[in-house]
Amino acid sequence: MTIDFLVAALMTIITASTPLVFAAVGEIVAEKSGVLNLGVEGMMIVGAIGAFATGIVTGDPVLAVLAGAASGALMAFIFGCLTLWLLSNQVATGLALTIFGIGLSALVGHQFVGVTFAGLPKLDIPGITDLPFIGPLLFGHDALVYLSVVSVVGVAWFLRRTRTGLALRAVGENHDAAHSIGYPVIMIRLMAVLFGGVMAGLGGACLSLAYTPLWIENMTAGRGWIALALVVFASWRPWRAFFGAYLFGGITIIQLHAQGLGVAIPSQILSMLPYIATIVVLVLISRDDVRMRFNAPACLGRSFHATG
Amino acid sequence: MALRFEARGAASRAMVLGSPAIAVVLTLAASLVMFASLGTDPVRALQAFFIQPLSSERGVAELMVKATPLVLIALGLSMGFRANVWNIGAEGQLTLGALAGGGLALALYGHESPLLLPLMFAAGIAGGMAWAAIPAFLKTRFNTNEILTSLMLVYVAILLLSYLIHGPWRDPDGFNFPESRLFHDSARLPVLLQGTRLHIGWPIALALAATTWILLARHIIGFQVRVVGLAPAAASFAGFSRTRITWITLLAGGGAAGLAGVMEVAGPIGQIVPVISPGYGFTAIIVAFLGRLHPVGVVFAGLLMALTYLGGEYAQITMNLPNAVTGVFQGMLLFFLLASDILIRYRIRFVP
Repeated sequence: MTIDFLVAALMTIITASTPLVFAAVGEIVAEKSGVLNLGVEGMMIVGAIGAFATGIVTGDPVLAVLAGAASGALMAFIFGCLTLWLLSNQVATGLALTIFGIGLSALVGHQFVGVTFAGLPKLDIPGITDLPFIGPLLFGHDALVYLSVVSVVGVAWFLRRTRTGLALRAVGENHDAAHSIGYPVIMIRLMAVLFGGVMAGLGGACLSLAYTPLWIENMTAGRGWIALALVVFASWRPWRAFFGAYLFGGITIIQLHAQGLGVAIPSQILSMLPYIATIVVLVLISRDDVRMRFNAPACLGRSFHATG
Repeated sequence: MALRFEARGAASRAMVLGSPAIAVVLTLAASLVMFASLGTDPVRALQAFFIQPLSSERGVAELMVKATPLVLIALGLSMGFRANVWNIGAEGQLTLGALAGGGLALALYGHESPLLLPLMFAAGIAGGMAWAAIPAFLKTRFNTNEILTSLMLVYVAILLLSYLIHGPWRDPDGFNFPESRLFHDSARLPVLLQGTRLHIGWPIALALAATTWILLARHIIGFQVRVVGLAPAAASFAGFSRTRITWITLLAGGGAAGLAGVMEVAGPIGQIVPVISPGYGFTAIIVAFLGRLHPVGVVFAGLLMALTYLGGEYAQITMNLPNAVTGVFQGMLLFFLLASDILIRYRIRFVP
């Protein structure tokens, strides 16, 4: 009984954390290249409706997930064009992306309110998934959960161990120096931003296809912003972002269960917990000014315009 | 032939004003495409959006009602944006202002006093300031990013509002609806024009715009705000305190948003309801940029953005278009504005 409850709780924590893992890891890559994209929330919500609408219309979960990724990438492309070529302020453009994304998703989602999606197929290996406790926890998820873990491993390896990853980090640390030794600064940044968009779109797809398989206006509910906070919390390191995401997923689910168990605290107060936790964690991590400056990419948020 | 951006010697003043105009034209063009793709007659839709709302006295009054919170909030935000202080949690500060001022109206229900409204205003401003003081404190004391903290507090504020009207503040005679009781007449803003909802908030917003203009142009604080934003190093050499500017701009933004909040509940709404603002706190960010972070510009931009809200409502009623069109509109406008802003510092050259 208690074991079953524990497994169920842990399963929901994994489902709740996966969107944050995607969004945060994608943003790490964008920020490592020196681009601060505050539009994660907008890319996520457009990814969510893109995936959901495709899922309902075609009935194909694979197409739905791909559409989510593509929608996120399309939003990121708008952001990239504005900030990289038209040199617009990255903070303002990110905000615009979020405002636009919330409006656009509500407009498209208008006709999908009240429809439910069958959900994503779960891995089911006979004999192994049925193992007590670790069976469902390790072998009972949908493909996106595994993809999120793979993406953390992949991004960590890419940033630390590959030549392109080194070039990307160089562009983020000093774009003038990177440009002078021949790296295509704008191209590298555009690719990083697009990758961030794909990941945020996948995060949105997790929400609308797996977490709550239906469309609710504004359903990301600040998760994109929490993902941005996770990037700072993780000091721009993929594995720390992964654990941070699970910490937040855990807090979200624990407060939901507390509400379900009828704890004598009003549900609204409990629902504040993830947001307050985000603030507390940010305060703890940014207290150390020197460490923050040491970890943050030096060119983060600065526009690059090649002269000559 | 290729396009190239060439840096101008100095920022173009003409383009500072020209770029919003370009952005509006481009947004209209893009919205024609959007309406056509939604399967509605684009010309009729634009008419419903931008002409019909202004064809009656009531419509014009309603425009000012909606512009009031936008102008108020954007005035405060533009001060911060000038100094590179990114308060994007005005929606939460507005909510806290509405709760503080509205809470006072509920607590003093039935006390008829000419002092009640000024007290409610003071409470609203204090509520907004208190909410903005949290990111200000965390920024200046712990170096915490104010964008993220102010935004997280929006969600906390909205949940607090929800808790209060589902619990302690719920109207006992309200058939269990999550709403407070209606405010007493003495706690309602006087209406300026019979038959409309136009209240004294609009002239107050205009007066505050004039005050902010003088403050920014003539007072040392305005100068310091600009220097801290444009040249942080010069500001620190001159001994201007970044901490002080962060506090001042965040408190000003929070106070203005709080005032807007209490005016919403004491004005057009008349009670505390689950949704006090249709995103005024976020739209005000667009108003601030569209108004070039200048008080006079903010007034005009506020009216324009109010028109998108009003037009959205008209289009929903007359053409059955979803209300979300307004958000798409606003987002597009900000995109095009940010894109055309490149013309301020660069000129386009065609290279054959």
